[in-house]
Amino acid sequence: MAKNSILGALLRKEILMLKRNPFIPRVIVMLPIMVMLVIPLVANLDVKHVGVDVVDNDRSQLSRRIAADIDASEYLTVTGHYNTYDEALRSLERGKSDVILTIPPHYERDMESGRFPKIDLAANGVNATKGALGANYTIASVAATLRLTAAMSPGPLTSAAAEADSNPVSVMYMYNPTLNFRNFMVPALMVMLVIMICGFLPTLNLVSEKEKGTIEAMNVTPVGRMTFVMSKLIPYWVIGLLVVSIAILIGWLVYGLIPVGNVLSIYLAAVLFTLVMSGLGLIIANKSATVLQSILMMFAVIVVCQLMSGLFTPISSMPEWAQLITYAVPPRYFIEIVRAVYLKGTSVSELWMQFVILAAMGGLLCATAAATYRKRS
Amino acid sequence: MSEEKVITVKGLTKRFGDFTAVDGITFDVGRGEIFGFLGANGAGKTTAMRMLCGLSRPTAGSGTVAGYDILTQPEEVKRSIGYMSQRFSLYEDLTVLENLRLFSTIYGMSKREIKERGDIVFRQLGMENMRDTLVSDIPTGWKQKLAFTVSTIHNPGVVFLDEPTGGVDPLTRRKFWELIYRESSRGMTVFVTTHYLDEAEYCNRVSIMVDGRVEALDTPRNLKEKYHAATMDQVFRTVAGAAKRGD
Amino acid sequence: MAILGSMVRKESLQIWRDKRTLLIVLVMPLVLMLLFGFAISMEVNNVRVAAVVPQHSDQTRNALMRLQVNPYFTFEGLMPVGDIDKVLRSGRADAVVLLDDRGGTLRQQIIADGSNTATAKSVTAYVEGALAESGRNMPVTLRTLYNPQLKSSYNFVPGILGMIFILICAIMTSVSIVGEKERGTMDLLLVSPVRPLTVIIGKLVPYFLLSCILLALMLTLSYTVLGIPFGNIFNIILVSLVYIVLALAVGLLISTMVRTQLAALIASAMIFMIPVIMLSGMIFPIDNMPDILQWLSCVVPARWYISAMRCLMIQQQALSGVWLEMTVLVGMTLVILVLAVRKFYLSTK
Repeated sequence: MAKNSILGALLRKEILMLKRNPFIPRVIVMLPIMVMLVIPLVANLDVKHVGVDVVDNDRSQLSRRIAADIDASEYLTVTGHYNTYDEALRSLERGKSDVILTIPPHYERDMESGRFPKIDLAANGVNATKGALGANYTIASVAATLRLTAAMSPGPLTSAAAEADSNPVSVMYMYNPTLNFRNFMVPALMVMLVIMICGFLPTLNLVSEKEKGTIEAMNVTPVGRMTFVMSKLIPYWVIGLLVVSIAILIGWLVYGLIPVGNVLSIYLAAVLFTLVMSGLGLIIANKSATVLQSILMMFAVIVVCQLMSGLFTPISSMPEWAQLITYAVPPRYFIEIVRAVYLKGTSVSELWMQFVILAAMGGLLCATAAATYRKRS
Repeated sequence: MSEEKVITVKGLTKRFGDFTAVDGITFDVGRGEIFGFLGANGAGKTTAMRMLCGLSRPTAGSGTVAGYDILTQPEEVKRSIGYMSQRFSLYEDLTVLENLRLFSTIYGMSKREIKERGDIVFRQLGMENMRDTLVSDIPTGWKQKLAFTVSTIHNPGVVFLDEPTGGVDPLTRRKFWELIYRESSRGMTVFVTTHYLDEAEYCNRVSIMVDGRVEALDTPRNLKEKYHAATMDQVFRTVAGAAKRGD
Repeated sequence: MAILGSMVRKESLQIWRDKRTLLIVLVMPLVLMLLFGFAISMEVNNVRVAAVVPQHSDQTRNALMRLQVNPYFTFEGLMPVGDIDKVLRSGRADAVVLLDDRGGTLRQQIIADGSNTATAKSVTAYVEGALAESGRNMPVTLRTLYNPQLKSSYNFVPGILGMIFILICAIMTSVSIVGEKERGTMDLLLVSPVRPLTVIIGKLVPYFLLSCILLALMLTLSYTVLGIPFGNIFNIILVSLVYIVLALAVGLLISTMVRTQLAALIASAMIFMIPVIMLSGMIFPIDNMPDILQWLSCVVPARWYISAMRCLMIQQQALSGVWLEMTVLVGMTLVILVLAVRKFYLSTK
């Protein structure tokens, strides 16, 4: 009972100080709004604007139709017609186009005589994903043009084109049918916000008590280690949930994104993850002497958290050893939970593993935070 | 001066690597005594005091404060003492009342007790109209008086004051010492470090630390006699003049 | 000159003595570089695919065979139609292939997990490729320029360089100068007969040298370990040096605008780090952004540096190929430097 009222008094103090801080309440509200409104516009890995330069050495009806069909297709734009490949290459080097399509001389004539000549396609590989997908789109467009031409004019062309695509494949994307990148990013951004706010704020809070010397005043009182650490953790629990709520709200109001699964399972995961991040922040604060040191450390941790958790780039694309590291990166599990619940409606029972790991990590880190907090030097 | 010892220290030592900050100090402080702890910068005063308060673990030696062993019972020691450091140790962005409430709750006082004690304290300090002012907005002298009051709010047997009157004018310092006398007269033991040698005159007994050792310990009068000095200032110059470290 | 020398020596000693910070400053970029070089990638290496075949025939068996022998796939087995949703939802497979031969012609459908939006398209492209007849006549021959193995690191490494220099130069410089202001030692220097310009140069030179060491380290690493191709090394260094000076000037400018180390950190982090990561084209292509953000990205120095580095390193262009980027960078450097020095002078008055 006595312990409770001490914790209560400490919590009241933390909340009052948070409220009076000129800076933190604004960060807690503004950061989620900024991040949720701006980043989805920027963080877009869709390959939708592929520029194609055409070097038409044939200048036949067929070659012109190929170029026109490319320009008409959804993701491709013909950015220029050039007389030579070298001119087109210069435009690609300047970043104006991504793919160069070279149609050989006598293309239509050779096609009709059944020789099946090849169009030369050169893709810019600097951005590997864009190069590969851009080339794929262009090939698909050319194949479609050939198929259509073949259907309209019977002749040798038919067999060649028919061979080009005998068994059409249909594709369907589940959970995110239009492959809208925002549906992919918005849940992940919640995770990023919790990482930033619940990682940085407790660290700064504790280290600045150290620098100001008020921590001495606490250490010389009979306040228990656990009680003191709890008073630093609980406010960020609440803040973490607040941030998640703001993010969910913006996701709904601005992007029309509502979790397919149970929203409570997101909150449950958020509670556990907040514990993980703020525990980590407190450990860093315990171990560093100055604000600068703690921030550099926290920065390193946050960069690893963002890069190695599957937030921006898929974990399955990483090499084996890197994938092993990701098992130790807490946000990995939170991201898996949030994305699965948001887009696929996966239930808690299907994700029990992720929940258990998060809970274990949270417990471990908070215990370590309490253990590394020294009342006596 | 009663014979009951509130602080006893024997061979207390603290080393940081090769550096011996406090080098086997030994002394006793009796109940109700005002014990002045003098020394140049870097002589080891603050380190010694931090060991007594359970903030720093001694490398060697032993000691008791208010009947508890500082090595094995630091948390019990903390329950029976008050501590005020040179950096005020109050939360600047909390109000006067909020600070008072926070620390009294930590020492296990009930809501009613806090209210009663608070009313008395504010009246005594003449701070009734400052209750809801942020600590960062009140003048240094007031802050020091408040910090002292907060650190003695739970009526501890001993209070440790680490350079409590830094950076204020003589008149304000004088007022602060009146507070100290009042608590001392009620049986509280006061352990105080200071730079101001006129303040040393107010103490019942004074020790002077030089390079981690206690070089002199007696009443101000006896010390002045021993060193044939007119003021404590001269005593200090004679004793601390031989120091090898400090700045 | 002698005064400047002693200023530089003092600053270098301070950097050298703060071992923990120095360690972070030197190690973090290398770790980031390796992470981005090896671990962070958009490549799809392993597609877990399951199949639904209501009725087996030669055609479906052929198609299944092609999926099973393909080294890029892990075949997760056959399953009933009703399980498609369950398998994808639990994340056991990335795509399910439905092969239906009952209508006479083979109907092939790929049902992919769209929740992995970043890779979903590449996954289906792979599966489509594998399903296509092996003897199929491609209407085109495909060549990939500059990056035939399609490694993501080719795209990311120039971005890392752009980020690190802003981080080290801008944050370290601003925090160090503001730290001197906080401790009052800056006033000490400024009331001495040392000219303010000497003070500034004395502060900047050690960080410039530190950045040069970092540049050398990172270029060596990207050439040897990551196997990033280099064009003309002198051009790369030239552009990098301009960028380093620019980053130092940014740090100086921040330091004239804030009063505490914490504010300096937050200003450099919020105003510079986030735009550098988000708007420089380092991860996210600029031409995917809405117009207004594309315009905004023009004022982010890293955008120009990263673009220049991609041209110089990976496309191995000559310096003339990046004249626009170079002009912008030099222009920005001059403007910010003049602004920062002027503000610094004003703050000393």
